[in-house]
Amino acid sequence: MNQIKHVDNNDLKEKINFECETGNYHTFCPISCVAWLYQKIEDSFFLVIGTKTCGYFLQNALGVMIFAEPRYAMAELEEGDISAQLSDYEELKRLCLQVKRDRNPSVIFWIGTCTTEIIKMDLEGIAPKLEAEISLPIVVARANGLDYAFTQGEDTVLAALAQRPNAKQLEIPLEKAILTDNDYVEHVPLILFGSVPDPVVNQLTLELKKQGIRVSGWLPSKRYTELPLINEGNYVCGVNPYLSRTATTLMRRRKCKLIGAPFPIGPDGTRAWLEKICTVFNIEPKGLQQREDEIWEKLKYYVSLIDGKSVFFMGDNLLEISLARFLIRSGMIVFEIGIPYMDKRYQGAELQLLQKTCKEQNIPIPIIIEKPDNYNQVDRIRDMKPDLVITGMAHANPLEARGINTKWSVEFTFAQIHGFTNAIEVLELVTRPLRRNQKLEKIGSQRYTDRR
Amino acid sequence: MKLAYWMYAGPAHIGTLRIASSFKNVHAIMHAPLGDDYFNVMRSMLERKRDFTAVTASVVDRHVLARGSQEKVVNNISRKDKEEKPDLVVLTPTCTSSILQEDLQNFVNRASIETQADVLLADVNHYRVNEMQAADRTLEQIVQFYIKKAQKTKQLDITKTIEPSVNIIGSFNLAFHNQHDIAELKRLMSDLNIKINSIIPEGASVQELKNLPKAWFNIVPYREIGLLTAEYLKDEFDIPFIDTTPMGVVETANCIRKIQYILNDNNADVNFEKYIDIQTRFVSQSAWFSRSIDCQNLTGKKAIVFGDSTHAAAMTKILTKEMGINVVWAGTYCKYDKSWFEKEVGDLCDEIVITDDHNLIGDLIAKVEPAVIFGTQMERHVAKRLNIPCGVISAPVHIQNFPLSYRPFLGYEGANQIADLIYNSFTLGMEDHLLEIFGGHDTKEVLSAGLSVTSEDSEIKWNLESQAELTKIPGFIRGKIKRNTEKFAQAQKMETITLEIMYAAKEAAA
Repeated sequence: MNQIKHVDNNDLKEKINFECETGNYHTFCPISCVAWLYQKIEDSFFLVIGTKTCGYFLQNALGVMIFAEPRYAMAELEEGDISAQLSDYEELKRLCLQVKRDRNPSVIFWIGTCTTEIIKMDLEGIAPKLEAEISLPIVVARANGLDYAFTQGEDTVLAALAQRPNAKQLEIPLEKAILTDNDYVEHVPLILFGSVPDPVVNQLTLELKKQGIRVSGWLPSKRYTELPLINEGNYVCGVNPYLSRTATTLMRRRKCKLIGAPFPIGPDGTRAWLEKICTVFNIEPKGLQQREDEIWEKLKYYVSLIDGKSVFFMGDNLLEISLARFLIRSGMIVFEIGIPYMDKRYQGAELQLLQKTCKEQNIPIPIIIEKPDNYNQVDRIRDMKPDLVITGMAHANPLEARGINTKWSVEFTFAQIHGFTNAIEVLELVTRPLRRNQKLEKIGSQRYTDRR
Repeated sequence: MKLAYWMYAGPAHIGTLRIASSFKNVHAIMHAPLGDDYFNVMRSMLERKRDFTAVTASVVDRHVLARGSQEKVVNNISRKDKEEKPDLVVLTPTCTSSILQEDLQNFVNRASIETQADVLLADVNHYRVNEMQAADRTLEQIVQFYIKKAQKTKQLDITKTIEPSVNIIGSFNLAFHNQHDIAELKRLMSDLNIKINSIIPEGASVQELKNLPKAWFNIVPYREIGLLTAEYLKDEFDIPFIDTTPMGVVETANCIRKIQYILNDNNADVNFEKYIDIQTRFVSQSAWFSRSIDCQNLTGKKAIVFGDSTHAAAMTKILTKEMGINVVWAGTYCKYDKSWFEKEVGDLCDEIVITDDHNLIGDLIAKVEPAVIFGTQMERHVAKRLNIPCGVISAPVHIQNFPLSYRPFLGYEGANQIADLIYNSFTLGMEDHLLEIFGGHDTKEVLSAGLSVTSEDSEIKWNLESQAELTKIPGFIRGKIKRNTEKFAQAQKMETITLEIMYAAKEAAA
């Protein structure tokens, strides 16, 4: 179990400065995960059980997608539901039958919200009964704003999926579908977890194949009916930094062994991720140094734009540690890493890589602020005047108007950023405001407010 | 429970926040879970605001659920009081806090002992009212509060201004073309020699609310938000108000005549008929335009109209009375305003539809197959799917409906804009129709080899996986990716393109 020891590094706390603020920050509601998960799991339907507020958020945040006949909807609670004049079971049955009739999905996900928490609607209790009655799997995930931020919504859904027992007849090994030859090393099955677009799935699978490692399955798979077989003793490894509940569920409920690795974001992260998996399987990694160097060579132009520049993460999607580590390696100075929630165990290897990266780049380790306070952060941004602030859309325009370059953090969630191939996408995003503003510099004043 | 994919009107707290954040130096604190501050994104993105939105959340999390908010809300209010020094803090309940049933009024009372700012609890019930009703009520509540406060401190001055003057009630953020409408109204008032006493709430300070009674009359351009305030001012100070929306030349004239009536009632002795005549015949182009030969082609064309009650009713009137277009049905999602809507447009269309179910609207549109649709962004998307032209005339809206250029819907310039909107929607439809009859723009095949490498002149094969991957790439760049990959493969002397080669080519191209 060396991978667990690896995570539990005691001297981490001494070297990295963690702080916790008030939690008054802007982020997306975790129900937003339906936006990318319904596209990822092609035969699914997501039913968000909540109020008009939830619906309004989804409708506005997801913009155009809503009109593409989305496979998600609101089960909008009315006054009768709140005061328990209506039976939850009957109401949900009615809606789910309607969904089944109209869309014929292979699975319905129920997304619990703040309201279902507060009125203590027993979704987990109702689901198995209704599932049997309408013969359609129902997976319950509590992705609410009382407990979670933004991307953690995916974590609740994947953790719920990880708890589903294996459906025996449904094994469709991934390698049969996309890999033709068989030069793999013998090893315990490896399952990767984290929702990434299909091209990224293929890219990461191929990178591991180059090392002779076979990926037995992904959680989630393209279709619900193709969920991977997960057996006791299997190895699992995360590709996203916000999946701590899923990791815990796989370890505790499915008795899998977690490979605690940095996340495959940036060429440095991807290499460290691959190397860690290789180490676990006693494989000597081949060609990774060269591969990483090649990628850095291709990133040269972008690195030259940000080298020596400073960046401030306000924090809202939990990708912050990995992104900061990659940007530090690219020569940037990170003033502050805001993050909604910091799982020091699950992100242990990533934190170590951050530490190592700072040491090698010879810069102090940035402060990590959990549950940040946006008001205080804006104050600090005024003092520090970073070259770039990575922030949510609520603050982007006001900061730009004050002459501060910003990048919307949400874009990192929706862009393809994993693996060697996509390292360039991250820097493309990070440098976009800098490149844009270089072009606009001639207009004159960078400030567009008369206040302050 | 209701299965809902889309909604026309937002939740109540959005309405309260729109009013609170429209005022100058008013701060709203939402009693809400993390992520409910999406309003800030909308204001910052849709309206491209340069300032931070004066809305923060007093976050409801697990601890609050277990132990109640206790000091949290009070502390958050006094913190904002110190940080921002607002004139007023509006504590805004959300759907979450309404079911928690905490005594928010008690928090407000306690906080206001310590704060410099006034503190109010927005009086809205999440499960009974929607965004617009809540906004209407919040505006009334704030106005009432400051009038009463002035009465108490004997600072209320109800002497009318010497010159005729007006309050415009209905200027707020995130509303449909509102900024332009207000500018147009100001221009109209200045043409009529009427002084603007106050425009509320956008950009107004709560301190100036005590001056509202000085105006001779009030104008409420949109009936969704502002009527309650106008009615309150009428009851309290006998200030007459006009709720005729000056949209379209006919209704603009009606509105001006009502102003004339009120002014003359106060011995101002004005006659605006000549003004109306000149504006209608010469300044605004739309009356002449609808008589011009081009518009003959529109006679009897089938249209449907859907939106909030203000815009849908006004649009129906313009289409039928001013342009001779046949409105098959007109509808609104403002269900609570049914009787008014029926009274206004009952004679002008074949049928009236009152619903907030967008599926029903979609089905009705498909059934009627109108030549044109005037609706919200939702109808625009329905129209796209059915290949029917559509003009957007009402919220809910997208960022495109916050244009930079001057696009009022009200007044004489508004009439021009609307005429353009109507005409352009129809001509596009006509063009489309003709194109279909004559079989597209150009029937000749494009023979140039420059656009895409065709399979004949390329010896490179794509294996199944890479072909599948290629089809996932959006159409408009697929050709380019295909060519680049093939070029790359040729350079590498590869004969079959695999996924690896595709990704390698992507990396190389970077």
